[in-house]
This record gives sequence, C-alpha cells and structure tokens, in this order.
Amino acid sequence: MIDLEICCGTTCYMLGGAALLELEKALPEEWRQLVDVRAVPCTDACAREDLGRAPFVRLNGELIANATREKIYLRLSELVAAAGGEK
Amino acid sequence: MSNGAERLRRELMIRVVREFKKGTLAENIDRMPVAIRPRHSEFSRCCVYHDRAVLKYRLMALMGCDCRREDEDETKPLHEYLKETMSDPVRPERPLTVCAAGCDGCPESRINITTNCRGCFARPCVFSCPKGAIHVEDQHAVVDYSKCIKCGKCLQVCPFNAIIKTKVPCEDACPVGAIRKNEFGVADIDFDKCIYCGKCYSKCPFSAIMERSELLRVLEALKSGKKLVALVAPSAQFQFPGGIGKLFSAIAAVGFFDVIEVALGAELTTENEAKEFIERMKKGEKLMTTSCCTAYVELVKRHVPQLLDRVSDTPSPMRYAGRLAREKHPDAINVFIGPCIAKRLEAAESEEIDMAMTFEELGALLAGWGVDIMSQPEWPIPRPAIVTARNFAKSCGVTEAVLNELLGESGDIKLDGKFFNGIDAKSAKLLALYAAGKLPGNFLEVMSCEGGCVGGPCSLIKN
Ligand code: SF4
Ligand code: SF4
Ligand code: FES
Repeated sequence: MIDLEICCGTTCYMLGGAALLELEKALPEEWRQLVDVRAVPCTDACAREDLGRAPFVRLNGELIANATREKIYLRLSELVAAAGGEK
Repeated sequence: MSNGAERLRRELMIRVVREFKKGTLAENIDRMPVAIRPRHSEFSRCCVYHDRAVLKYRLMALMGCDCRREDEDETKPLHEYLKETMSDPVRPERPLTVCAAGCDGCPESRINITTNCRGCFARPCVFSCPKGAIHVEDQHAVVDYSKCIKCGKCLQVCPFNAIIKTKVPCEDACPVGAIRKNEFGVADIDFDKCIYCGKCYSKCPFSAIMERSELLRVLEALKSGKKLVALVAPSAQFQFPGGIGKLFSAIAAVGFFDVIEVALGAELTTENEAKEFIERMKKGEKLMTTSCCTAYVELVKRHVPQLLDRVSDTPSPMRYAGRLAREKHPDAINVFIGPCIAKRLEAAESEEIDMAMTFEELGALLAGWGVDIMSQPEWPIPRPAIVTARNFAKSCGVTEAVLNELLGESGDIKLDGKFFNGIDAKSAKLLALYAAGKLPGNFLEVMSCEGGCVGGPCSLIKN
C-alpha cells in the first residue's frame, strides 16, 4: 500500500491543500486499491523556513513541498510502477 | 487553490499575522516586499521591482489604506502607514481600492482573427457579420474595427475556431459598468455606481483590485486584550476543515472571547421577514424582495431605485446576530466574519457591528497564529441554529426558510417565490420589470453571488 498523507492543517489548507483533498476521488481506478489517502493535521512543516512552501503532502513518508496535483501524480506513478515491479 | 494571485495574497496575509504575533511587524514591514522578492528570485510581473511595488500596495490595502494616491504612496514607508492604521479608529469608508501599479491596463475588448484562420472558401464569418465588418485579404480574414460591434456572431461560425473575443476581465465581470479605464489607462472604480459585489476583485487575473482590510485593527484589538466577539456567517460550514465546532474553538484560541453563529440572526430574519411578507400582502402589495444580500440592496439603491419600497425592511442576519451579541456581551467588540466584501460596507453602517473580516483573513489569522483547526476540540455551541437558518448561505435558502416559517400561518396568502441566483449585467433591467409589476411572483430572492454566499468573493474554496 502506498501511503498518501495530505496535510489539512490551516496553512496548507489555505494555500492549496483544500483542493488537494479532492484528489482521492480523481485517482485512476487502478491506483485506488494501491493508494491509501488520508487527511492529516499540521505536522509543523509549515512553520519551518527550510522545508519549502505549503501545501505539504507525504508520500510513503517522503515530504513533498509546494504540492500540486501534477507533482503528486508524477511521484505516485513512479511508486506505482516500482510496486508493480516488485510483484 | 484556484490561482497564483490568490495564493500570493494569502501567503502575504499569513506572513503579516506571523510578524505581528512576534511583535516584529513594524520593524520588518518595510523590508517585506524585498524579502518576498529578493534580487535574483523568480518574479510574476515584468521584474522583481514591479512585484515589490505591487506588494507594497497590497500591504497598504491590508492596512486598510486607499491605494489611489500614487505619488504620496510611493515615498511614504510602510511602517508609517502601519502607525497610522493602528492609531486611527476610523474604519475604511469604502471596502475596495484599485492598485494602479498592479493593473495591467488590459487592452479594450475586441474581436481578433488568429493564425488559425485558413481563409477558407465558404467564409461563413463574412456572411454572418451583420455589419459587413469582415473581408478576406491575402487568404486571411480581416476585421474593420470602425464597423465591428463585437456581437461575436463570426466567432460561432468559424469552423477552425480562428476568431476570438478578448475581454477586460474586470469590466466584463462588473454587473453595473462601474469599473472603467481612467485617463491613464488603468482601471478605476466609480463609487457612485459600485455595489461592492466583488466580481471584479475575483476576476482580475493581476489581482489589482484590492480589499481595504481591517485585519490589522482586529489583530491590534486582540493584542491589547480587548473583548472581541466573532460573528461567523453560515457559509463557514462549507469552508473550513473539520466543521464549525472545531472552527469556533480555533477562533477562541487566537483570543476571541466568544463565538456566535450568524445563523442565529438568520432565524430572526426569517421570522420577521415572514411576518413582514404577510403584512405587506395584506396591505395589497404585489411584491416583496429579500434584503439580506448587501450587494443586491446596493444595486437597488443605486440602479433600480423604483424597487426600493419593495425591499424588505427586516434587518439582515448579520445585524440581528450583532444585536444578540450586544445583549450577551454589551461591552464587547463585534467582529463579523464572512465571505463578502459588500458586508464590510453594511458593517460600517451598522451600529451592531464594529469590525468585519473575511473567511480568507480568518484563515490567514489562524494559520499565522499557528492554530491548527483540525486538532481543536469541539466548541460547545449552546444552541445550534436550525438547519434552514444555516442554509441562508445557499441560493434559495432564504425563500425556503421563509416558506417553512409561513407553514400553516399564512391563511389564504400564498408565497410565489422567484430567484436571482447571481447578479449580472442584465439584472438591473429585469429588476426594473419586477418593479413595474410586469413579472410574476410575489416574493423575490436576490443573491449577488452565484450559489449564494457560499460562492462569495472572499470564500476560501469556490464550489
Ligand atoms: S460593482 Fe462589483 S464588479 Fe463593479 S466595480 Fe463594484 S465591486 Fe467591482
Ligand atoms: S450573496 Fe452573500 S456573499 Fe455575495 S454579495 Fe450577497 S451577501 Fe455578500
Ligand atoms: S499546515 Fe500543513 S504542515 Fe502545517
């Protein structure tokens, strides 16, 4: 299972996280059983200067700053491909 | 997030709140535009300097200033504006301002023939034009602008989609023709015509139309330990993560003394508006219209005055909620929080409301203060407002609530409801017809925003 955590802390929510929360519904059918999408509270990434800009998501624990649908899709497709390779 | 302009605006607000909380705003505000757009950073306009100039105006608007006095504006440092704002108890009289440095002076709307044109044999554009304004030269259609009336018929018939109509987004969005270029070629608002619907504000892709905010006054009042009561508009329930229980706790966490649902005010509006409707119908009146949307009331006042007598006299939910707050906490400052620009105007004119904020500003306040809404406990709402009152936020919500209230009590008076779900350029004309009694219906609900307040110009998520 690939773990996709979307921050819906106030800062991330304000700066684009709200729209990312819709992502789950938009995932392609084949990906849905592979990806576990969860909304998580603020992890304080937004309060630090060195991690980049909100909104933040975590894909299998890896932090993605300034997250957009495109960025998430790109990384997800790599992870899905890798997961497929292992089988 | 619908676009980059919105994002930048919110980031800036959050930054300001953070600095304010740290107590470093006055010291850092002059450097802020440079800190956001350092010398070799990416820029969004022509260069970092232009970006910085607009950021300065944006900060000024955030302090409630009018950004239209250019030359003085350029030389005066931001910390001086800040000092003025903090010491000046007078609220901004008009909630909108245009930042000339931000306005791109978009070219006048016109019909353009693009390179998609193949100079085809059939030439439907030439044949469809009612003014004979198109001819073909060197295998390419050409428009004679002295004849073109921009009707757009040619657009529809070109099989290659080669013809487009460019528009000026703010002018195109304004339902009352209040925003136009001034003699310097930048947008300017005619405040005698403006109804503060905020459509230009939402549509300008350069974000040059700015709200004159009261955020810093709210921050200052919070910091100085004043007793503030938040009056939260019903559309909040669709705007923040985690529901209004958590949201109210978050509002209390930044220092608000109490939080009251404006939907409780909507209950009173419903009750009184229903009574008023019956009374008016009994007197033989043919039509009553709602009054809760401020932009609509301004539209009537400024553009359809003959309809004014038909507008309900019942105060809006915001004002009733303000009265409830005054009863409960007579010594407190009432802060209305909603998705609306026009409400700022109504708030400034209402004795019951002392300050007004938007959802966007509330979000920035919570984010900048470091309050995570999702991890808040549920706020114990003493008596939750009824569902029909909470639904005031949606188009048709008012009518539904009034209908519900009338159930069984209206005798032989039947409510025949009609709706305007959003105001556009045709609305004033249609309303004039209603005023003249030429259209059916005896109860008219008008909301300036499409979908009602949930689609308000300062809402966080646009549904
Ligand atoms: S009426 Fe609305 S669109 Fe027109 S200038 Fe005023 S706020 Fe902008
Ligand atoms: S519909 Fe609501 S948000 Fe929109 S202008 Fe009217 S009162 Fe304001
Ligand atoms: S709000 Fe997302 S990391 Fe803080």
